[in-house]
Amino acid sequence: MSAIDAVHPMVEAREPAFGFWRRSYAMLVKEFIQLRRDRVSFAMIVMIPVMQLLLFGYAINTTPRHLPTAVLIQEDSDLGRSILKAMENTAYFRFTREVHDVAEFDDLLKSGKVLFGVEIPRGFERAVRRGDKPALLVAADATDPIASSAALGALGALVQTALEHDLHVGDPPDMPFEIRTHARYNPAAESRLNIVPGLVGTILTMTMLIFTALSVTREIERGTMESLLSMPIKPVEVMFGKIIPYVIVGFVQASLIVGIGALLFGVPILGSVLLLAALTTLFITTNLSIGYTFSTIVQNQLQAMQLSMMFFLPSILLSGFMFPFAGMPLWAQYLGEGLPLTHYVRIVRAIMLKGAGLANLQYDTIALIVLMLVAMTIAVTRFRRTLD
Amino acid sequence: MSTVANHTPDIAIDVHGLTKSFGGREVVHDLSMQVRRGTIYGFLGPNGSGKTTTIRMLCGLLTPDSGNGTCLGYDIRRDADRIKRLVGYMTQRFSLYQDLSVRENLEFVARLYGLPDARSAAREMIARIGLKGREEQLAGNLSGGWKQRLALGACTLPNPRLLLLDEPTAGVDPKARRDFWNEIHALAADGLTVLVSTHYMDEAERCHEIAYIAYGHLLAHGTVEEVIAGSALSTYTVTGDDLNDLTAELAGKGGIDMVAPFGTSLHVSGRDKAALDATVASYRDDPRWHWQDSEPSLEDVFIDLMGRSKDNFQG
Repeated sequence: MSAIDAVHPMVEAREPAFGFWRRSYAMLVKEFIQLRRDRVSFAMIVMIPVMQLLLFGYAINTTPRHLPTAVLIQEDSDLGRSILKAMENTAYFRFTREVHDVAEFDDLLKSGKVLFGVEIPRGFERAVRRGDKPALLVAADATDPIASSAALGALGALVQTALEHDLHVGDPPDMPFEIRTHARYNPAAESRLNIVPGLVGTILTMTMLIFTALSVTREIERGTMESLLSMPIKPVEVMFGKIIPYVIVGFVQASLIVGIGALLFGVPILGSVLLLAALTTLFITTNLSIGYTFSTIVQNQLQAMQLSMMFFLPSILLSGFMFPFAGMPLWAQYLGEGLPLTHYVRIVRAIMLKGAGLANLQYDTIALIVLMLVAMTIAVTRFRRTLD
Repeated sequence: MSTVANHTPDIAIDVHGLTKSFGGREVVHDLSMQVRRGTIYGFLGPNGSGKTTTIRMLCGLLTPDSGNGTCLGYDIRRDADRIKRLVGYMTQRFSLYQDLSVRENLEFVARLYGLPDARSAAREMIARIGLKGREEQLAGNLSGGWKQRLALGACTLPNPRLLLLDEPTAGVDPKARRDFWNEIHALAADGLTVLVSTHYMDEAERCHEIAYIAYGHLLAHGTVEEVIAGSALSTYTVTGDDLNDLTAELAGKGGIDMVAPFGTSLHVSGRDKAALDATVASYRDDPRWHWQDSEPSLEDVFIDLMGRSKDNFQG
């Protein structure tokens, strides 16, 4: 009896047949069950690729057309009109505003409301007929080289087109007027000048969102929420307590990126550093509020990360950071307006590269404030004060 | 607002008909209870009986589906914010911040309750709970007993008038448990009301009053003596050899409601004294066993209550 007892455990301890496969299979079955229970993760598996595909397929356009353009018409002439018509026919330009002086022109470009400005000077047609070869001025916002280069390239063929249709003076090979393009803010079309400021916003979006997105779920998962809720603290107080430390973190982060950008990549800060700091802080707070809102919606930390990704992805694609905003279809532009990064990319580029002031950036500043307040309101109302 | 509290100075907890369901399953059913100020009130019952849910309803962490009542004179539905200021709640699972030190945790609580000098309040509490020398240790690295002291310290820090302790001594060694109960009695002597849930019978016997809850129903309450007397259970204590044989023989026989081994003895109990005696009579002469008439223990009473409630509410 005791002899059998002694042998028995050794028999049991033998490696079962196909042990590797059985154990792997056991693990696999368990993982599938857990995955199926986590509805949000399951949805993300479908949502993320679909969203990427749709955004890249329908919204992203690297040779954008119908770019907003302002015109300054100093002379009402047939020739001027046909040149404008020819520009519009290239499909690259869309005349959205007519201005009356050069200052207005500059303001529109600075605030990013238009990407191009066309000026038809006084006495243009007469000068052409005289053979003086006058210049037609096209100013471009070259902060985003991708957006402006294709359109500027199309201008070359434009004179030809205009001549064929309307102009019957002089010999065609001999150009009767020239189009003088002026690539503003980034004349050498250096992409780092465009990328670095936008990167400030992108990095901040990613880090800030995740910091706060995890904050409430972490309390729930670690069990500390139960004692926190049993103490006399209000949802707004929890929110501010969780957001404010990261405002400082974000600010340090932003200073680091801007500092490195300026030192290593020679990206200028033409505008007010103070304004940049103030609006960057606003942007950081907006992102933290949105992350915090996510935190009050999701069930666990994994879901918080996934929701942050869901938000981060369109932010990169639709904000104008990577691809030209003006080139996107209207629905994508509306979506983009709802993302804080869109407004911040405009703000940071305008301040650093164009030297814009608050007056130029009113719209984007207000948009950031509105997004922040909406997020905070949702967070405070969503915050569960009980464990129900 | 304090006048409201003063209307009922002697009753700390007074609730009626509390009911709470989760996902269609009723966890607490029509529960009413009164706890007098300054008493240590033991809350007993099996796992999943609704103890935690009841405690959470008392301190405003859960909203009852129906029923109402007051905690320290404040309405548990409307005045949760005020109740929270006066109640210290010690959760079943350690719920302070594991990645904060002892001192930092206590200072956090002190600041949250708006104590005038959080630092010195924390320092005093550290001395009081005997954690001096461990101030800077992370709470997560403390052993079970120390964690429990810290948790008690944190919930008594804001000078609450009512303590709600949810299985505070689970997994704590006997010495630490005894110290803990001495502390609880000292606090109650100062006028603090303590509601404590537990599984331990010796702890139940340390309470002024107890209540037994199973399957969401409050089945018995009163002092330990009252609860035992109210059970109408008759018990024999049997000693001798081959008690396992006796257990097997008695199982399912008429009048025998419960047979439970206690070390070298056996508790044989029945609700119907006559039927119990009739069955037992045939074994009393067996020389192997010695039968003695005895009081049922609190545990016998609870196991019996639990068995009966199972028939009533789960059948």
